[in-house]
Amino acid sequence: MSTIEKVPTPPPRKPWAPTPIDRAKTAGILAAAIIVSLAVLFVTPLSGKLAFAAVFFVAYLSIDFVVSFAKAGRAAAVDSVFRGLVTTAIAIAVMPIISILVTVWVRGHHGLHWTLFTKDMHSNSFTDPVGQGGLLHAIIGTFLLVFVAMIISVPIGILTALYLTEVRGRFTRPIEFLVQAMSGVPSIVAGLFIYAAILIPFTKTVNGIQGSLALAILMIPTVARTSQEVLKLIPEDLREAGVALGGTQWRSVALVVVPAARSGLITAMILGVARVAGETAPILLLTGGSGTKNYNVFSGSLGSLPNYVWQAFSAGTPESITRAWAGILVLLVIVVILFTAARVLGNRKVGKK
Amino acid sequence: MALESEENQGDEMETTAAKNSLSDITAARLQKQPGNSALGVGLEARGVHAWFGEKHALSNVSLDFWPGTVTALIGPSGCGKSTFIRTLNRMHEFIPTAAMAGEVLLNGEDIYAPGVDVTKIRLKVGMVFQKPNPFPSMTIAENVLAGLKLAQLKVENKDDLLEECLERAGLWSEVKDRLNTHGGALSGGQQQRLCIARALAVRPQVLLMDEPCSALDPGSTLRIEETISQLSSTVTIVIVTHNMQQAARVSDYTAFFLSDGGPGQMIEVGSTNEIFSRPKDERTENYVTGRFG
Amino acid sequence: MSSTTTQIPAAIPPKREITTKPRFSDRVFRGVVTSGGLSSLVILGLILIFLLFNGYNTLKTQGLHFLTSSNWQAAINDSGQIDPKNSHFGIAAMLIGTMVVAVIAVVIGVPISVGAAIYLTFYAPEAVKKVMVSAIDLMAAFPSVLFGLWGFFVLEASGEYWAKLLSKYFSWIPFFKLPAPYVTRSPFIAGLVLAVMIIPIVTSISREIFSQTPLDRMQAAYALGGTRFAMLRAVAFPYARSGIVGGIMLGLGRAMGETVAVYTVLNIVYQVNWHILFSAGGNVASMILLKFGEASPYEIKALMAAGLVLFILTLIVNSLANLIVSRTGKSGR
Repeated sequence: MSTIEKVPTPPPRKPWAPTPIDRAKTAGILAAAIIVSLAVLFVTPLSGKLAFAAVFFVAYLSIDFVVSFAKAGRAAAVDSVFRGLVTTAIAIAVMPIISILVTVWVRGHHGLHWTLFTKDMHSNSFTDPVGQGGLLHAIIGTFLLVFVAMIISVPIGILTALYLTEVRGRFTRPIEFLVQAMSGVPSIVAGLFIYAAILIPFTKTVNGIQGSLALAILMIPTVARTSQEVLKLIPEDLREAGVALGGTQWRSVALVVVPAARSGLITAMILGVARVAGETAPILLLTGGSGTKNYNVFSGSLGSLPNYVWQAFSAGTPESITRAWAGILVLLVIVVILFTAARVLGNRKVGKK
Repeated sequence: MALESEENQGDEMETTAAKNSLSDITAARLQKQPGNSALGVGLEARGVHAWFGEKHALSNVSLDFWPGTVTALIGPSGCGKSTFIRTLNRMHEFIPTAAMAGEVLLNGEDIYAPGVDVTKIRLKVGMVFQKPNPFPSMTIAENVLAGLKLAQLKVENKDDLLEECLERAGLWSEVKDRLNTHGGALSGGQQQRLCIARALAVRPQVLLMDEPCSALDPGSTLRIEETISQLSSTVTIVIVTHNMQQAARVSDYTAFFLSDGGPGQMIEVGSTNEIFSRPKDERTENYVTGRFG
Repeated sequence: MSSTTTQIPAAIPPKREITTKPRFSDRVFRGVVTSGGLSSLVILGLILIFLLFNGYNTLKTQGLHFLTSSNWQAAINDSGQIDPKNSHFGIAAMLIGTMVVAVIAVVIGVPISVGAAIYLTFYAPEAVKKVMVSAIDLMAAFPSVLFGLWGFFVLEASGEYWAKLLSKYFSWIPFFKLPAPYVTRSPFIAGLVLAVMIIPIVTSISREIFSQTPLDRMQAAYALGGTRFAMLRAVAFPYARSGIVGGIMLGLGRAMGETVAVYTVLNIVYQVNWHILFSAGGNVASMILLKFGEASPYEIKALMAAGLVLFILTLIVNSLANLIVSRTGKSGR
């Protein structure tokens, strides 16, 4: 009865993993569903890829149900169909992403030229052949808009997060609530607000800083909430260690907590930037859409990538539409780079350099 | 009828417990005759190994569980006894990196064989967990009958089954007037007995109990132990426990597990009386006499 | 020993209040952080005040008609001045349009999102899960102008196909009736685009909530011989239900406030249209953008009032949603 020593250890196995027979069965059901849906399309007036997808979906689920029912009964059949449903759901959820990325590349890459990054549009119109003019002004404009928005919103966002995690005063709950409410403010409302608060009473004209202010409003909740999540991950004993060493709370936060959370806070900043870099509605109200390079956010119309895309799209000729897609491609590349950077930084463990 | 015999057994249990001596209790328990696994009934583990990723957690355990007996698995923390019990109804595989080797035979058939419907296995081999885990969204009655709903089983008379299971779990008299209230209001011990009733409702052949009393106070523990004794005539019970007195009180057979830094192993198995009075292995003796662990 | 000395230990001493006098630097620190923390309150308050201040005149002259009528006309008298008497501003059509497209988005987007979240939490292999979660999170960062263009150039075609199919077979349902054979740029297509836009939000919130499903309850369900679906129905759905409702409402709030994408794909027509397949609709946000370009200062004030209504509406929906989400998990435990 007792264990016998020196028996060679058998190799580990996973009997619950799908066996080749299971896989063959799944493939068989898939094949059957394809054949059935082709047959349905052939016999009935339904046609096209989408109709095929729909018929296939129904056919697959029904065949799957019947097969599982025959093998293991109703509970297993329902389980199997539900698996089919959620798998379909994830497929549909991911489809637009692929479609969008492919579309942007296919339609946009014709519009890519080196002059995009060296020239602006001051002597060209959107309807000119695609090789002429560029979006240097728009890249500069977007950079300036986002940079200024970042300077405004990052300190406010991080202070908010520090209030929620470190100071934890009387208003913690209400402020947490308000920050969440703020993240739902429609971008057009942020634009209208700056228009009402600054453009009407003071400047009476478009300029860059107004756009930055509107973007900052949209960025603060993202920065605050992401930072809060990061600061929550800082272990409590690190804070206590800081205070127990006789440091003030201020020194503990500045010298222990914030440095430990540094990469997370940078992630929060980047996510905020990615959130607003392509924001269009407030830009259209507030900054103007000059085709000339403008380095001054405080005066003059300031072109930007979303604005360029918008104008090019609105012009409506084949050349301008290609320009719009090229502009979107550049904007998307920027967003993807920012997002990836945030991911890489965010995946690092909190508390490590 | 079945009820009567259970009650008798309960009385017997109480009288033996009153003697309050470890060897007396185990001696009384020994009178039970083991069934015969050669008939191909019961649960048998044959050379079971378990891994978590690269870590070899359990090595080469072979153990038979006779029908109608209580087997206690004892041993210090990390010796693989919980891992082992979870291989017996295929709960082991919920850890993504898990792997295993060997066979577990239920009524002579390998539960890990390809094509086996795992949900059917778990219907026959039920489980009670360390922490009471009734479903909070369900009433007491719904909790007991949850297994039927989960596995879509049809039952002639639900009310009878409800009463029977709660009775067998020793909870009926305490909850019969509030069957439609939520289970969350019960005490920890009552919740655990509710979980036992829930496990019984699908009529399992084997009931696995993974430290069922470790989250409970001594009074509740005693009630659960009474329940176990009452159940043992109708269900094969495997219980993991840290508490050696408990093993001695409730079990017919005891298996001692130990890890010497490597994978957990079963050092010794025998009747509970033997293990506690004249263990063959020195390590078992050290453990049951409290010299370590 | 006198009696007084024996009584002293028997009396429970009053609790001492522990006080510290914060150092100057800490007081400054707390002051600065608190003022930063209050910024959200200040900003939301300022938005409310400025929109109310600018929109007040319109709201006063139009009264309830602002919400109930569908007439938008900035009249100009003979001398080229604005004529407030004959100007009419009402956003009923756009309010209804906002709800229509947002509800379409939720009806289409939510089942997909929740299904996707269930797949990611309970079915997906680890590697697949990582890639898909990244992809869906990335989609949340796509600019709305991109969704607009994609909807206009790509989704429109398949949207029309489905619209024709729906109108052919389901025109007995009032919503799917077509008053005239125009199906391009309909609320249905706008709703589809918005559905795609809310998928990342609803999916990630649902995933977050599903992933907190208590493990012991899941194990209990499996140990009773439940299939995965049976476990989900007995354990995960009851646990996550209210949180998912909150997530849906956050998606609804996002869909209600969307401007550029709706503007791009929707034929904005200033009339109440319940026929979702028909080429006419609108929402408050895109209407503001549409009218803003050539609006007189007087009309802009009316647009501010419209913005105020939109702001309050989204604030209510979002606040409710957040309340529901934050309560999840505290109940049912």
